[in-house]
Amino acid sequence: MMQHRVIVVGGGLAGLAATIRIAEAGLPVDLFSMVPVKRSHSVCAQGGINACNEVARQQGYSEYQHFDETVYGGDFLADQPPVLEMANFAPRVIDLLDRMGVPFNRTPEGRRDLRLFGGSLFKRTHFSGATTGQQLMYALDEQTRRYEAEGKVHKYEFWEFLWPVIIDGRCVGIVAQDMRTMQIRAFRADAVVIATGGCGLVFGKSTNSIMCTGGAAARCYQAGVWYANPEMIQVHPTAIPGADKCRLMSESARGEGGRVWVPRKKGDTRPPREIPEAERYYFLEERYPKYGNLVPRDIATREIFDICVSHGLGVGGERVVYLDLTHKDPDYLTRKLGGILEIYEKFVGEDPRKVPMKIFPAVHYSMGGLWTTYTRGRYNPPEPAPEHKAGMAPPVSCEPGAGIAQGAPDNMMTNIRGLYAFGEVNFAYHGANRLGANALLNCIFDGIYNGVSVVNFIRDDVPSRQPAESLPPAPFTDAVEREEAKVRRLIETARTGADAQLSPYQIGKELGDEMTAACTVVKSGPRLEQCLVRLDELKSRYTQVQLADAAAWSNQSVSYARAVGDMLILAEIIARASLMRRESRGAHYRTDFPDRHDDEFMKTTVCAFSAQGHDISYRPVDAGLVRPRARTYGKTEG
Amino acid sequence: MSAQPSASRTPPIAGRRIRIKVKRADGPGKPSRWEEFEVQPEPNANIISVLQQIAANPVTAEGDHTSPVAWDSGCLEEVCGACTMVINGRVRQSCSCLIDDIAPAPGDVITLEPMEKFPVVRDLWVDRARLFHNLKRVKAWVPIDGTYSLGHGPTESAAQQAVRYVLSTCMSCGCCLEACPQFTLEDDETRWDTTFIGAHAISQARLFNMHETGRQTKADRLDALLGPGGVSDCGNAQNCVKVCPKEIPLTESIAAIGRATTLHAIAQWFSGR
Ligand SMILES: Cc1cc2nc3c(=O)[nH]c(=O)nc-3n(C[C@H](O)[C@H](O)[C@H](O)COP(=O)(O)OP(=O)(O)OC[C@H]3O[C@@H](n4cnc5c(N)ncnc54)[C@H](O)[C@@H]3O)c2cc1C
Ligand code: SF4
Ligand code: SF4
Ligand code: FES
Repeated sequence: MMQHRVIVVGGGLAGLAATIRIAEAGLPVDLFSMVPVKRSHSVCAQGGINACNEVARQQGYSEYQHFDETVYGGDFLADQPPVLEMANFAPRVIDLLDRMGVPFNRTPEGRRDLRLFGGSLFKRTHFSGATTGQQLMYALDEQTRRYEAEGKVHKYEFWEFLWPVIIDGRCVGIVAQDMRTMQIRAFRADAVVIATGGCGLVFGKSTNSIMCTGGAAARCYQAGVWYANPEMIQVHPTAIPGADKCRLMSESARGEGGRVWVPRKKGDTRPPREIPEAERYYFLEERYPKYGNLVPRDIATREIFDICVSHGLGVGGERVVYLDLTHKDPDYLTRKLGGILEIYEKFVGEDPRKVPMKIFPAVHYSMGGLWTTYTRGRYNPPEPAPEHKAGMAPPVSCEPGAGIAQGAPDNMMTNIRGLYAFGEVNFAYHGANRLGANALLNCIFDGIYNGVSVVNFIRDDVPSRQPAESLPPAPFTDAVEREEAKVRRLIETARTGADAQLSPYQIGKELGDEMTAACTVVKSGPRLEQCLVRLDELKSRYTQVQLADAAAWSNQSVSYARAVGDMLILAEIIARASLMRRESRGAHYRTDFPDRHDDEFMKTTVCAFSAQGHDISYRPVDAGLVRPRARTYGKTEG
Repeated sequence: MSAQPSASRTPPIAGRRIRIKVKRADGPGKPSRWEEFEVQPEPNANIISVLQQIAANPVTAEGDHTSPVAWDSGCLEEVCGACTMVINGRVRQSCSCLIDDIAPAPGDVITLEPMEKFPVVRDLWVDRARLFHNLKRVKAWVPIDGTYSLGHGPTESAAQQAVRYVLSTCMSCGCCLEACPQFTLEDDETRWDTTFIGAHAISQARLFNMHETGRQTKADRLDALLGPGGVSDCGNAQNCVKVCPKEIPLTESIAAIGRATTLHAIAQWFSGR
C-alpha cells in the first residue's frame, strides 16, 4: 500500500499544532522550517491567549460574546462562521495547553489566572508571565519532539520552502532548499499545510522576527493561490523603536493598568515624574471613557499618531508618548509583566517600574493572507443577530460544529486542493483588525481543529484514489530545475565590489521605509499612487540586484535576495488593494475616505496572480450571524 | 528619578567609529580567519544591526571587498536563542548586546566568534542539533494522552508555577554548554547519546519531573541521567549558571537531579532491577 504523507511548512504555533494533530491521527508528517522550530517567531508573543472561562461566564460573558467582540473588533470584514467556531472552541485549546504543562500564571487557589486585554471589558486572557507565546511554543515543541522520537515526524530545519508543486489545481508536494548545503529537492505529499506566519519585514522594521518576510505566502500567491485582504496590516500602538527592529511593549501592560499620556503643554521639557497629574493628557481615557487605554489597536494607534503628528504633543516634540506603569506596585509588575519589563530595561536602559516608558506605534501583524474556505456549520439563523451584550443568552450552543463543520475537508483549504493555510498566513479570523491575544488562539485552533480536515481530505478525497507517491516524476523534477535556475541567476549577479545601491539589503531597506510611510496608520489616494510609482522603481532596480556573496554553501544573501523579490510582490498588492478600498475600516484608514461603506466594501479583497499582473476583485463577506453595526467603542466627541 | 540613561552606562559618543573583528570560516572544517570592519553605529545599535550594516556594504577596514558575514538570528529580543555567539570572549546573545554598552568610545573594538562547542556552519553560524537531541534523551515533554478534549490539566500552586516558569524559559541557546568544561565539541552523532548531556537538559528533566503528569515518566528521565554522559559527568564547575541569560538556577537543578538519581538508584538496587 502506498504511504500517505503530509507536509507542514512552518514550525510556529500553527505549524506545530497541525503537526501534532496530524501525526496523532497516524499520518507521517514532514515538517519544514527556516529555523529550528523552537526558535520560530511565535516565541515573541507576550501578552496571552483568549478564551471564555468560568469566571467570566459567571459575569454574563460567553464564548458567543467572544465571537461578537472579535467580529466587531475586526470591523465586520471577517467571514463570521470560522470566527464563531474559534471562539467556541477556545476553552478546549486552553485546557489542552494546560494538560501539556504550560506554566500558566496561577491564582492563590492554584487555578489559571486571567487578565484584561483590548476590545473586551471581561478578563478572558490566559497568560504565562509576559512570555506566553514562548511558553505555548515550548509545549507544542515538546510534543512534536515526542512524535519525532517515535519516528512519526521528520523535521527539516534550516530548509526553506521555495514553491508548491501543483498539478491540475491540486497540490502534491513542495520544492525546498537546504539553507546550509544549498541543495534543492522536491518532496511529495498528499496535502501541504502552509503555516509560515506574517510579513512584517515588508515594512522594514516591525515587531516581527527576522524571517517574517512573507516570502512563502508570496510564492504560493505567484503559484496560483489567492491572497485576501492584503491591505489589512495591524500597527501596534506601543513599541520601542530600535536600530534593527521595533520591540513590542505588549498590550498586557495596559491590561495590567498601564496608562498612555503626554504632557498637556506642547514642548514641556520636565521629566515625566515632575509633571503633576492635572498637567498630563490621558488622551485615550478622555476620548474613550468606556474602554480607556484598552481600545483596540487600530484606534489607539491612530490616536497616538494624531497626538504626535497632528497636534505636535509628542514627548519632546518627537513621535513618542508615555506608557506609564509607575503607579503600580513594583512586585506585582514583576510577577505579571516581568518578561516585557526586562526587554525594556535591557534595550532602553531604564526601569519601567520607576520611569514611564517611551513608546510609538510599529507594524505588527497581517490580518490578510492566503485566501481559505470552509464548510458552514449547523448554526444558520434566519437573520443576523443584533449586538450581543453580557447577560444575554447566547443564541447557539458551543458544541463543535456550530460555526464550521468539524472535520470538513475544505476547512482552511486555499483555492488549490490539498493546499491549506493555517495561522497568521491565512486571512480567516480577524477581518480588518485583530484583537489582542486572538492570534495565538487562531494558530492553535487551526492546527488542532482544522488539522482533522487535512486528515479527512487525505482519507476521503483525491489522495485516497491517487496518492502523490503514484504520480509521474516530471512535474517534480521540472519544479526543482526552475528553482535551481533562479538560484543560479542570483548567484551569477555576485561580484566583489558589488554596487551598494543594488544590494538586496539596500533595496529591502528602501522598500520598508516607503511601505511604512505610505501603507500604515494613515493612507491617502495620492500618497498610494506615489507609492506604486516608487515600487515600480524598486522593482526595476531589483532586476539588476547584485549580491556580494557567490558562495555555493550557506549563502544567506541568496535567501534574503529571493525574499526581497517576494516582498516587492506583496508590497504591490498591499498598496494596490489599499488604493482600491475607498473607505476606512479597521486598520485601513483613508484620509480621503474616512467612513466605512458597507454596501460597496463589506467585501473581501481577493488578489489572483497572473502573467498580466494582479487581478484584484471582491467577494461578499459571510455576515449571516451578526448584523454589522457602527464601530465606535463609545468614543466621546471633543 | 528622571528619564536620563542609568548611571551605570558610560555615555556613548555619538558619531564615533568602532571596529568589529569577526572570526570567519567558509564552512565546516574550513580554516578560520579574522576580518575587521570599521562601522559608525546607529543610535541604539546592537550587534545585529551592525552586522546588517556590514552585510549591506561588506568592505573591510582595510578597504577590501568581502562577503556578508553569516550569522543566525530570529526574534531580536532575546527570546529565541538563535543569535548566540562569543562576544569579547563571553558567550551571549548578540541581539541584546548593545553597542553603546560595550563600545562607547571611538576606536573601541568588539570581537565576534562562533561558539566552539558546536560545529560551524559558516562564520558565526553554528549547528546546535545536538542540544535539541539531548532533550529527547530525557524525554523532555509531558506524556499526555493526546490532543482530544479531555478536560483541564492539573491545578498547580502559584509557588510551584513560579519555579516551573523560570525553568521553562530555557530557550536552548547553548550558553551553558559553551561555558561548561565537561561539554566538548562532538561531530560524531553516534556518540551524542553517551557524551555529557549538558545543564540545559538536566534542568528540563527537573521541570518535567515536577509536573503532575510529567512525573509519570520520571523514572525514564532519571535512568537516562544515571547512564553515561548523565548528571555524574558534571564537574560542578558552575560556569553554566553564570552565563545563562534567563538566570535559570542550573546548579540547583543539577543538585536536585543529583539527589533524585541517587534515590532512584538505591530504589532500583533494593527492588533488584
Ligand atoms: C512581538 C509580538 C507579540 C505578540 N503577542 C501576541 C499575544 O500576546 N497574543 C496573541 O494572540 N498574538 C500575539 N502576537 C501575534 C502572534 O505571535 C503571531 O501571529 C503568531 O505567533 C504567528 O504564528 P504562526 O504559527 O502563524 O507563524 P510563526 O510563528 O511566524 O512561524 C512561521 C514558521 O514558518 C517558517 N517559515 C517561514 N517561511 C518559511 C519558508 N519559506 N520555508 C520554510 N519555513 C518557513 C518559520 O521558520 C517558522 O517556523 C504577537 C506578535 C508579535 C510580533
Ligand atoms: S556545573 Fe556541571 S554543567 Fe555546569 S558548567 Fe559545571 S560541569 Fe558544566
Ligand atoms: S539553560 Fe540557560 S544558558 Fe542553557 S540553553 Fe537554557 S537558556 Fe541557554
Ligand atoms: S535573535 Fe532571538 S535571542 Fe537574539
